[in-house]
Amino acid sequence: MAIASDQSSEEDRMTPQFEKVAEKKESRRGFLLALPSYVYLIIFFVIPLIIVLVYSFATRNRFGGTDLSGWNLESYERIAEPIVRTILFRSLWLAFLTTVICLLIAYPFAYFLATRRPAIRNVMLVFVMIPFWTNFLVRNFAWRVILGNDGPLTKTTEFLGLGTQELLFSQKAVVLGLVYGYLPFMILPLYAAIERIDGQLIEASRDLYGSAWQSFRNVLLPLSMPGVIAGSILVFIPSMGAYVTPEILGGAKTTLLGSYIVTQFLTARNWPFGAALSFVLMAIMLVGTVIYFRKGGRTL
Amino acid sequence: MSTAVEPRGWAKLALHINGWFVYFFFYAPIALLVLFSFSNNRNVGIWGGFTLDWYQEFFNSSNAQGALSNSVKIAVVVTFVSVILGTMSALALERFTFRGKKVFDALLYLPIIIPDVTMAVMLLLFFGEFFELLDMAFGFQLRKGFWSIVISHIAFNISFVSVVVRARLTGMDTDLEEAAVDLYASRWKAFRYVTFPQILPGIAGGALLAMTLSLDDVVITQFVTGPGWTTLPVYVFGLIRKGVTPAINSISVIMLLASMILVVLSLFAERARHSV
Repeated sequence: MAIASDQSSEEDRMTPQFEKVAEKKESRRGFLLALPSYVYLIIFFVIPLIIVLVYSFATRNRFGGTDLSGWNLESYERIAEPIVRTILFRSLWLAFLTTVICLLIAYPFAYFLATRRPAIRNVMLVFVMIPFWTNFLVRNFAWRVILGNDGPLTKTTEFLGLGTQELLFSQKAVVLGLVYGYLPFMILPLYAAIERIDGQLIEASRDLYGSAWQSFRNVLLPLSMPGVIAGSILVFIPSMGAYVTPEILGGAKTTLLGSYIVTQFLTARNWPFGAALSFVLMAIMLVGTVIYFRKGGRTL
Repeated sequence: MSTAVEPRGWAKLALHINGWFVYFFFYAPIALLVLFSFSNNRNVGIWGGFTLDWYQEFFNSSNAQGALSNSVKIAVVVTFVSVILGTMSALALERFTFRGKKVFDALLYLPIIIPDVTMAVMLLLFFGEFFELLDMAFGFQLRKGFWSIVISHIAFNISFVSVVVRARLTGMDTDLEEAAVDLYASRWKAFRYVTFPQILPGIAGGALLAMTLSLDDVVITQFVTGPGWTTLPVYVFGLIRKGVTPAINSISVIMLLASMILVVLSLFAERARHSV
């Protein structure tokens, strides 16, 4: 909204020049409001990003430091090495698995939420929001307690006559921790998408002798697609870069990309390689985001 | 909007079972964690009678107390700055058009979607280079610590605050603001007396989110912290990696409690949002 300044007369306001001046003034105000954050993000986000890019082309020297002169692609070439490839594919696979499991649990749950009466629905939503806000580290640690030696899970399986379980430090434990951590990220966008759908459309498809499956496949699912995509990206990206979960629940054979990057910086001291891996992770994130905006733009 | 149709028969039953399963899945681990924080047994996850020893250990541990106080100091400064910058960005994006707006909008989204490991690496290298530059140019010897953590937390929190405040601004009627301006209120007065009171719940919600995220962050903080500035999550993470002890249970429960208090407060902010 363009707002004229108070000193001007009514006649002035009508002239095109004045409108232009007022518009310019408005534009400057908006720019000035955004400026502090703009500058902040350029200094503390964009420049760091560029530094990482520069580092990814640099060379590690004998002392664990980094030589910024003599750019090369060595760090990126290392991605083809078997160990790195294994970790990369493992991360993709576990992140994919986490996303699919979250989707399978969250979709019916979001639909269930959408069919509740509004008053109950709000209470139920609050109880989804609470884990969403609760400390991620603590929630992962809870599973360490449950899965631990002689812990509650073992006690339960022994009581049921199923013998002891060996979940902790396995890939299954990591996926479990990731699903537990990111499930709310899947539920909330799915619920938002499903709640917006007009229920009459589904009724209509049933009235026209569509089976339950057909109604789901041809009506509900396409209409809720923006939520499916948003939720999947919100779960997939942090799972790909997970560091805390594999560190707490995983073992030697569950190193994921996130932990591997951290190792490059804190123990292996190969910063250029770590920087290159960070860039790979970010590229995956950017691809996901672009897909989201493309798909979301089409179906919303 | 009509509510979605509830299916009948076995599908209905399956939906109900899945619904209760999700809540059980969410809350059973938390309940067990709280339970075992009172357990008198050296092994976590094994019940050995009721005790408050682990809480006493937490309150007697100067390391834990120091980490807690670091976390709170950092979160307070971070919240204050993030709220101001985030609200200004939200206003600029929702109420004005200016050159570079689209780029700014996109830039503001990046800290939200970027994996925290990547952001941690970015800031680690940034502070390394920046401190080296300062040393070479002016002979300043700076170290990572309070300010590097605060700066890093603000860098991602501006975006989260602005998302929350923007949601409030888009849902708001602009008629009142326009009426105020028509009645010759200056732009500042219109903001101070009309817009600001209406978006206050959004700002409060943003502040609580910023505080929660600052108090919870492990990965980024671990990369930009310096001597003497261990925060509570970084301290706990270190303990877990050294070996799991029941003392971690009690600290976890205290962190859980802090999160819960912040959620409840944010729900109040949410309710104020609906009543305006």
